[in-house]
Amino acid sequence: MLGTYLPILLVVLIAIIFGLVALTFSSLIGPKKKTALKLSPYESGCAPVGTARERFSIKFYLIAMLFILFDIEAVFLYPWAILYKKLGVFGLVEMGVFVVILFVGYIYVWKKGALEWE
Amino acid sequence: MDMITIPAVNMTPIMPEIFLSVLAMALLLINVFVPSGQKSYIGYISFIGVIAAAVLVGTGWGMHVESFNGAVVQDNFASFFKMIFLLAAGLAILISDQYMVREECNHGELYPLILFTVVGMMLMAAGTDLMTIFLGLEVMSVSLYVLAGFNRENRKSNEAGLKYFLLGAFSTGFLLYGMALTYGATGSTRIADIATFAAQQSLPSSNVMLLAGMLLMITGFAFKVAAAPFHMWTPDVYEGAPTPMTAFMSAGPKAAGFAAALRILLVSFSTMQADWSQLFWVLAVLTMTVGNITALRQDNIKRMLAYSSIAHAGYCLVGFTAGNPTGTAGIMFYMLSYTFMNIGAFAIIVLVGKKGEPNGNVMDFAGFGFKHPALAVAMSIFLFSLAGMPPTAGFIGKFYLFSGAIQKGYIWLAVIGVLNSAASVYYYLRVMVYMYMKEPTEEFDWLQVSAPIALSLLISVTGTLVLGVVPSIVLQYAQEAIKLI
Amino acid sequence: MENLNSYLTVSAILFSIGTIGVLTRKNAIVIFMCIELMLNAVNLTFIALSRYLGNLDGQVFVFFVMTVAAAEAAVGLALMIAFYNNKESIDVEDVNMLKW
Repeated sequence: MLGTYLPILLVVLIAIIFGLVALTFSSLIGPKKKTALKLSPYESGCAPVGTARERFSIKFYLIAMLFILFDIEAVFLYPWAILYKKLGVFGLVEMGVFVVILFVGYIYVWKKGALEWE
Repeated sequence: MDMITIPAVNMTPIMPEIFLSVLAMALLLINVFVPSGQKSYIGYISFIGVIAAAVLVGTGWGMHVESFNGAVVQDNFASFFKMIFLLAAGLAILISDQYMVREECNHGELYPLILFTVVGMMLMAAGTDLMTIFLGLEVMSVSLYVLAGFNRENRKSNEAGLKYFLLGAFSTGFLLYGMALTYGATGSTRIADIATFAAQQSLPSSNVMLLAGMLLMITGFAFKVAAAPFHMWTPDVYEGAPTPMTAFMSAGPKAAGFAAALRILLVSFSTMQADWSQLFWVLAVLTMTVGNITALRQDNIKRMLAYSSIAHAGYCLVGFTAGNPTGTAGIMFYMLSYTFMNIGAFAIIVLVGKKGEPNGNVMDFAGFGFKHPALAVAMSIFLFSLAGMPPTAGFIGKFYLFSGAIQKGYIWLAVIGVLNSAASVYYYLRVMVYMYMKEPTEEFDWLQVSAPIALSLLISVTGTLVLGVVPSIVLQYAQEAIKLI
Repeated sequence: MENLNSYLTVSAILFSIGTIGVLTRKNAIVIFMCIELMLNAVNLTFIALSRYLGNLDGQVFVFFVMTVAAAEAAVGLALMIAFYNNKESIDVEDVNMLKW
């Protein structure tokens, strides 16, 4: 009975170990320059403390737009992932076409320089 | 493990769509990978692509193929409309280059966006499932929002894009709600299944959910084809958008809206025709009258043609009200003629305009007939056709729309239509009065006719006249197409 | 699912709130949020009906509506930014160069 839960326990353990290993190694071998900026929670984002009514750069909109576009496409990956085996090669090819179209969009965005902060 | 049986997918019905999508994506990539100030070649490739797509559509004429589990169909009705969209796109591409170079917004993205719009419109005409029609509509609309605001340095264009976006998205909400309620009432999004359900009801209009769904969908489509009282966005968007895109918007998307609405109403809701034709009677009268009366007062020529395009949508709604083969084939014929004559007229406006379009008034055509006789004759042909005078395409189109209404006994509707048509002569002829009877105030020395625009004018003039003199060569296709849906 | 009516009522109310918001608000972004509210009200209708009818088409439709809403959001925000760049405002009262 309990044996059926073993895979879940394993997944939990692996998740914990993975997190611990990542944290330990980055603190052991990563370079450390403790400037004020480096220690802030969001190193390359808004200042976390202060008035919420502050104006922030219009560039965030661009990032947000791109995020929305590419994020929502993941919605279509879930049903496919659940039925992956039943859909077989046909599903794989269809999804390949879908991802290629997304990829065209990604290359376009990239070459247009929309991912550069400057 | 059970494999899900994939229904046999036949790609032939959507070959033109696939071809244009792939071409548009390729052009987007070419545009970013080949750095060049001169983007005209993308326009030429797009134009050739449009012709190739037209050949693909043409070879499928006469076939009836359903695919994707009944979500799209290849039939003559869809093919006829696809030809209209391709024609509108082709002509718009031809007149774009010179305009965009002059206005200094010659971005290569323009042409892929036009192609994506065409793909959306084609899916609207070929869709036999509410889902396909909705997706097509959105592919079309989202691309059009960008095209309307394409000249991003120009505030008018910004405003046009923003307004079009807000009101377009708003109308999408109504359309979708209508689709949801129809789905709830009938249990299906397939147009044929909805028709089967409605046919089984003894009195389908007593089903509140179905009736509300139909009404909301009609509201959504009325927005898209700019029927009064949902026309308020049209003049602003048409005036602010770049002129070639205004030309494109007034012809293609309007035809696409009619295509989808025709298929939904004539197939799904054929048993409720008594209900919706009353509604369309009111819409048609309002749209014709509001469009024509407001157009009388316009000095800006783009704005005048915008109101006139509302009026022309009203004439098509007359054919809708009739709902019989003469009237509906009339809509198809009229949308084709309108594409020729309206884009032709806009091509002349592109030529007469200067950078930033400071001279968009009717008065700026003063003496145009003396300075550029050939162009003025072309403009006169387009205006005659828009006013519905023989021997032009506009006359024949109106003739079939109104005779469809008379066959169905809507005598008054036809009378109101003819009166409206007579009133419209005033503002079209006003332009001609300025062209031929006023002293020139301008030298028109900036005016240059590039080869693509000359070609588009040639196509438009030929189309307007040929359809007017020998309409049967096209009309028989329209009648054949409408029979089979 | 005997309480289909409650779901339909909630979504009808949400749809109406969205519609009223579009008609009364002045800020383009708020108007757009109201439009999103309308679309999501429709999504709720679709899902409730889909469960009720035991037919998956409604849920598939919702997937597409979500995607389309995202595409519209991206294009809409881009248009607003372009407008803002030239005008320093996204108040629809300032959308006044072209007469309504």
